[in-house]
Amino acid sequence: MKRIYSVLVENRSGVLMKVAGLFCRRGFNIDSLAVGETDDPKVSCMTIVSSGDERTIEQIEKQLNKKLDVIKVKTFDEKISVTRELMLVKVKYNKNNRRDIMEICDILKANIVDMSKHFMVIQICDRPDKIEILLNMLKEVSIVEVARTGVLALQKCSETDK
Amino acid sequence: MNGADALVKCLTEEGVDTVFGYPGVAICPFYNSILDSDIRTVLIRTEQNAAHAASGMARMTGKPGVCAVTSGPGATNVITGIATAFADSIPLVCITGQVSTNLIGCDVFQEADITGAVESFVKYSYLVKDVNDIPRIVKEAFHIANTGRKGPVLIDVPIDVQNATIRNFKYPEEVKLRTYKPTVKGNMAQIKKVLAEFSKAKKPIICAGGGVLLSEAQFEIRKFAEKYNIPVVSTMMGIGVMPTEHPMYFGMVGNNGKPYANKAMNESDLLIMVGARVADRAVNQPDLITKGKVLVHIDVDPAEIGKNVGPHIPIVGDCKSIFEDINGSEFECNDFKAWIDELNTYKKDLAVVRKPNPKYVDPAAFIDMLSKNMKDDAVYVADVGQNQIWSCSYHIVKDGRFMTSGGMGTMGYSIPAAMGVKCACPDKQVVAVCGDGAFQMSMCELATMRQHDINVKIIVLTNNYLGMVREYQHYTYKDAYSVVDLSGNPDLEKLSSAYDMKFLRLKDMKDAEKVIKEFLKKDESALLECLIDPMDTVK
Ligand SMILES: Cc1ncc(C[n+]2csc(CCOP(=O)(O)OP(=O)(O)O)c2C)c(N)n1
Repeated sequence: MKRIYSVLVENRSGVLMKVAGLFCRRGFNIDSLAVGETDDPKVSCMTIVSSGDERTIEQIEKQLNKKLDVIKVKTFDEKISVTRELMLVKVKYNKNNRRDIMEICDILKANIVDMSKHFMVIQICDRPDKIEILLNMLKEVSIVEVARTGVLALQKCSETDK
Repeated sequence: MNGADALVKCLTEEGVDTVFGYPGVAICPFYNSILDSDIRTVLIRTEQNAAHAASGMARMTGKPGVCAVTSGPGATNVITGIATAFADSIPLVCITGQVSTNLIGCDVFQEADITGAVESFVKYSYLVKDVNDIPRIVKEAFHIANTGRKGPVLIDVPIDVQNATIRNFKYPEEVKLRTYKPTVKGNMAQIKKVLAEFSKAKKPIICAGGGVLLSEAQFEIRKFAEKYNIPVVSTMMGIGVMPTEHPMYFGMVGNNGKPYANKAMNESDLLIMVGARVADRAVNQPDLITKGKVLVHIDVDPAEIGKNVGPHIPIVGDCKSIFEDINGSEFECNDFKAWIDELNTYKKDLAVVRKPNPKYVDPAAFIDMLSKNMKDDAVYVADVGQNQIWSCSYHIVKDGRFMTSGGMGTMGYSIPAAMGVKCACPDKQVVAVCGDGAFQMSMCELATMRQHDINVKIIVLTNNYLGMVREYQHYTYKDAYSVVDLSGNPDLEKLSSAYDMKFLRLKDMKDAEKVIKEFLKKDESALLECLIDPMDTVK
């Protein structure tokens, strides 16, 4: 089961290590992790995607809550959240496949943001599943480098209404 | 006033009267300032033991024990002591010196990233960067260490911060921690559910863990057990929640516990786990304690509830507060007479019969006799190994306390912890019981005992082996003994005389009672060596 944890933490040095260390020590997986400041510069938001059975998920939440630097933990299902991830992919292209690549980008709403004679950088910002599709399509070409932010997520507005 | 003065002032404000430690340059400002206070300093002989001694002290006083060591090797040496306290939820405040702030990260002489290194063994840690933060940090540290699920907190103080001038020192009256608000009161609706289960139950039982002693809930639990005739078993850390010979007490559960205690727990129809982690050593088959019964789990740490087994009724909160609420409620229940009779039959039928070798001291008979001769309110600190299991099985707690390193099982704990106990309660009789292996891990503290007049009674059960591991190799590797032989043991009589300490030796049970009486007679430190059968086993 995949779970998204939105963890508000004190914006202090060492907090990332403590949270990441907790996952590592207790044998919890981290599928992705994204950190950034919130509207309050003293508070950071960590978005962690993890998977495991029900007991693991409950333990992760409880153990996170135990950390003194953790202010609040929200966990939610992918289904009831707005999720986005940003990915940059550098590919090597040639005359024969250039059109194909551009077509793929068009269909998946990705942009070419940098280019040279042999290489281009493609940017996509979308749901994680769309990102996977693009990545799989581009694997047919020749990927040089990939950089991903990890998933960011907020609960859907309709859920917050409740 | 500098940072070091401020640290000492804060400790005084917290009512700290003893600091265990070991100096080095990086903590020298602190140890200089402490000279101007009323705080007693005890120079322990290795840093690990400073934490153990502070742990013994904390377990007696109910307040965090304090130790202070230097940077680098001093700090890394103390880690085992911190981890031992963490595993048993013992409140400690551990102060470490650190290299100068501007040198941190440069790998200079005696620099160690101690806050990083202890992260998984502390409840919280601080690296003090601004001298003006000291009062707030110390206030928070004591609060965090001794509330909720208790545990060690480390404060790392760079030497330049200790030497820096602090502007108007003011010790805060309260802590403001938005991220930390442990639950104390149990949810009344959940408590009502438990009482309803009691009204239905035919075979209820309470399993008490170390959390009961940490929240000082033992008296509430005894009151409850006595009022309604409810049997109690305990985990290793819960020994002493009930006096051993209390008619409602049915022994320690677990792998090394009493078979009748395990049976009692398994046969029950309502099991109240209180202040116990349901860890592998106490409950090796978590399914057994949920099958065919209602499981109630009471713990101050919500993460413990459901970690190893899913209870039917969870209650988060302080054990004492919850049992006060339970004792304050009226409810009807059965008289449980048949159930108690059943348990007493198990107790008789499943009693362990040992076949002691008459050529040696029988640890079981010896510990039994020792307990009977100890003062009612004495404190017994057991080490780790076969001696720990025998101590758990045969020590009789009356009005006193029983302590050991349960979660971590750290050899060498008993002597320094007993010293901490004695410093906290100089009038009490304090006995440390250890194996000849563990004794050698802590024997450097004999000097500390002499230097500071800390009168602990030490009993060494000599079998010339790392007995517990030898026993394991006996069963698992068919007597292929590897690295467990302790030849080279010192002559303890000569050793005692080197420390000018009273020494007695028992070779068999013949004169046991007389020797025990002689050993315990005066409030003086003494060492009693018992020669036990090297091939004896706990199983
Ligand atoms: C610091 C530490 N090292 C190793 C162990 C593993 N260990 C557990 S019991 C034991 C043997 C203890 O021997 P001794 O102190 O002589 O006591 P005995 O078992 O003979 O009673 C050992 C080595 C441990 N628990 N702690």
